[in-house]
Amino acid sequence: MDILIYGIINSFSLALMAIGFTLVYGISRLPNFAHGALYVVTGFLVWSLINLLKLNYLVSILLALVIMGLVGAAIYRFVLIRVRGMATSEIIATYALGLAILEFLRWGGFKGMTYTLPVFIEGSVTIGGIPVDLQRIIVIGIGIIVISFMWLFTHFSKTGLAFRGMAQDEHAAMMLGIDSDRMAVIAMAMGSILAGLSAIALLPLGNIVVEAGYNVLILSIAVCIVGGLGSWVGAIIASFMIGFLQIITVAYIESHFQMVVALLAIIVTLILKPSGLFGRQKELEERV
Amino acid sequence: MSGENILQVTNVCKTFGGIQALLNVTFAVQRGEVFGIMGPNGSGKTTLINCITGFTKMDSGKVLYKGKEISHKPPHQIANLGVTRTFQIMRPYYSLPTYKNLVIPLFSPRARRTGGWRGGGKLGDRETVSIDILEEIGFERDSFVPYKLASALPTGYLKRLELARCLALRPDVILCDEVFSGLSMSEIASMVPLIEKLQMDGITLIMVEHRLRELFRVASRVMVLNFGQKLTEGIPEKVMQDERVREAYLGSEKASDYI
Amino acid sequence: MDIQERRKERLDRGIKVRTEGIYAVSSWQEVTYLVLPRLILIVGLLLLPLLIPSLYWKRVVSIAGIYGLLALGFDFLAHFVGLVSLGGAFFIGVGGYTAAILDKSLGLSPAFTIPMAAVGGAFVCTLLLFPALPLRGVYFAIVTLMYPLALMRIIEALNIFGGTDGILGVSSFPNRWIEQYCIIFTVIFALFGLRRLVNEDIGLVFRGVKDNDQAVRASGLSITFYKAIAVFIASGLGCLGGAYLSHIYMWSGISQFALDFSVIPIAATVIGGGGTLVGPVLGCFFLVPISEWLREFGTLRIVFYSVILMAFIMFRSEGIMVYAQRKYHQFERWVKV
Repeated sequence: MDILIYGIINSFSLALMAIGFTLVYGISRLPNFAHGALYVVTGFLVWSLINLLKLNYLVSILLALVIMGLVGAAIYRFVLIRVRGMATSEIIATYALGLAILEFLRWGGFKGMTYTLPVFIEGSVTIGGIPVDLQRIIVIGIGIIVISFMWLFTHFSKTGLAFRGMAQDEHAAMMLGIDSDRMAVIAMAMGSILAGLSAIALLPLGNIVVEAGYNVLILSIAVCIVGGLGSWVGAIIASFMIGFLQIITVAYIESHFQMVVALLAIIVTLILKPSGLFGRQKELEERV
Repeated sequence: MSGENILQVTNVCKTFGGIQALLNVTFAVQRGEVFGIMGPNGSGKTTLINCITGFTKMDSGKVLYKGKEISHKPPHQIANLGVTRTFQIMRPYYSLPTYKNLVIPLFSPRARRTGGWRGGGKLGDRETVSIDILEEIGFERDSFVPYKLASALPTGYLKRLELARCLALRPDVILCDEVFSGLSMSEIASMVPLIEKLQMDGITLIMVEHRLRELFRVASRVMVLNFGQKLTEGIPEKVMQDERVREAYLGSEKASDYI
Repeated sequence: MDIQERRKERLDRGIKVRTEGIYAVSSWQEVTYLVLPRLILIVGLLLLPLLIPSLYWKRVVSIAGIYGLLALGFDFLAHFVGLVSLGGAFFIGVGGYTAAILDKSLGLSPAFTIPMAAVGGAFVCTLLLFPALPLRGVYFAIVTLMYPLALMRIIEALNIFGGTDGILGVSSFPNRWIEQYCIIFTVIFALFGLRRLVNEDIGLVFRGVKDNDQAVRASGLSITFYKAIAVFIASGLGCLGGAYLSHIYMWSGISQFALDFSVIPIAATVIGGGGTLVGPVLGCFFLVPISEWLREFGTLRIVFYSVILMAFIMFRSEGIMVYAQRKYHQFERWVKV
């Protein structure tokens, strides 16, 4: 029962973390290795807004999300647009950016117990004899909302459909009058907002630490790769697989192995089934 | 010709995510002949070549080369046995000078074993040999062309370079994927004798082609594919009489107008 | 004069004839022209330990040499074989641990453990990376990035090889001079060896794999085999560096899988000029001292070279060496259009 509940919670956390990364990569083929850094930055941003500017929690969250959106757009507009299409340079540039942000925060002294975000609602409920605090329930709620919103967005809104067009064939999409750069800016902005959203939902559960940035990046990549890119179903199922695997290893083997599971999942998937669980032919050609 | 089957393809099937690209394609090619494969766009010609040369894994079926099965071998092993191919979209090594492009096939186990084209190819000599091959295939030795970067070559030369890459392996069979497409009339005119010369050198050619006029000039037999299935096979004139072929190409119009 | 109305005309200096690699050398002047840059590099590297007085900075030179080996491996893989490996730390770690284990368990001297660790470590790395070789671009990069992290956490979790403490008490070099000259000679040999290799026939095959792997397969060559050889060479260099590192610090631990070893070589390659092989080495001898100098600022140095890296990749992605070579080999002048 423990495993079931915490597995579900963990899976939704993973899905939340990964969805921004998947979105950006799925649409503009940009591996955003700064994803983890954006996650951590949001945490500190909200913290600073609350504690330094004394803003209301809700206001700081909204403000932080808006800032993240702008940051994401700015990253694309000023950094990524210059290296677009050169896979190696994209990785190196985003990776360096993420590294710079994270290590700058570390240097700036953002470490230790002081940096925590308040939970949304105090208290806990008991499900099947196990106490679960409300924040974790909220994580599930936000997870479901975000996933369904993304699904509706990509299937019914005009921008969302343009995204999917881009994801399938960028040149054809451009020919149909979709501005690929503008779409990529929007995608980056949305990706950053989603990274921020997941940070806001998840960070109240623990301290804000710089290391989280690296872990989030690894987990996002894991979900993205295991699930197969551009496949929402795949990404969600992958989050559940990795989520439960992690909880099971923590419960039965040792907590140290939690990250090892994700890392091995990436390596094993790429080696055994490079297209991911739900990837299609196109991705296979790209990967092998 | 000897009449011996050098390549025997039996019941090759291939699907791509629900689309039947090839269905039970069976044919045999005799040593030394020029065998044409034609068919409308999307009829599976290139897929067939990919399957034979191992670039695509076929779902079922068998390919026998000189009586030995090569169906599930990786492409480089098939090439080493002497079944080489050209690519429809030319694939030279763009960052290397043209003559160095040929050093790579000359480095293969087969070329080393057979001594490369015309007995050269001992260590250190590969560049000389590659220039010999290029001359053979229509590059002028004393011009700048063989020394240019491959990325600077025009289409006609790139097609020749594709063929040269095959020749460097001293192949028994060359599968040509649309060597004539994208060429000007005069380039084609100089290409046809080249094909004929290769045939005289004893190389078996399988040509996938849209340019039927040129194909019929060189090919002794042709096969027609449509929607992944073999329609018919035979000498070119016979095939063009076939009602199904006309239908496949042009609906009900006369196929001979197409030529 | 308006800038629009002129353009830069570039003329090859007379000595560079028709193709790369063929020179028509006919006078001492021309010989000097060709040999001088190489000579300056070699003599410069050899003199470095003599010119630097302080022990601390001598150590920095050794470390820079080790990074230089890694950067050479990275440049070779990325620009001549087309495999972007973000796993410098993986090679260093495997090499370091192998050397340390050989040293502790068999009690061999560094003269044996270092070559053995280089070959053995390269073997291990190639074996582990072998299944990932068919992967392209980003995916290979991701796998190589994940390997050191995974190994680090596995060692930590299983508490093998000394766990978080690492393997202590690895024997050191007999003296400073041997340590430094070993590394510097290795760097010089690796540099000129690789330069030679990429222009040999097998090097052309590697470059073919980078340009166009399908055509290499159609040419009857197994790309996986040649990629494996290339990874073996590059990881051998990395493991060599790792082995030196273990013997220099007399210690081998999980920090050898740290990000530094993955990032600095890449930064050095981008700054120095990818595809030149010399560039990355020089980049390391430039970056590592700066990074040491910034050590008192803590992790700010990582920020510093990340930013430099980004700036170079965005604005000057050709790197310093390519620029310098162009200046050296060509006249430039402004001409009116």
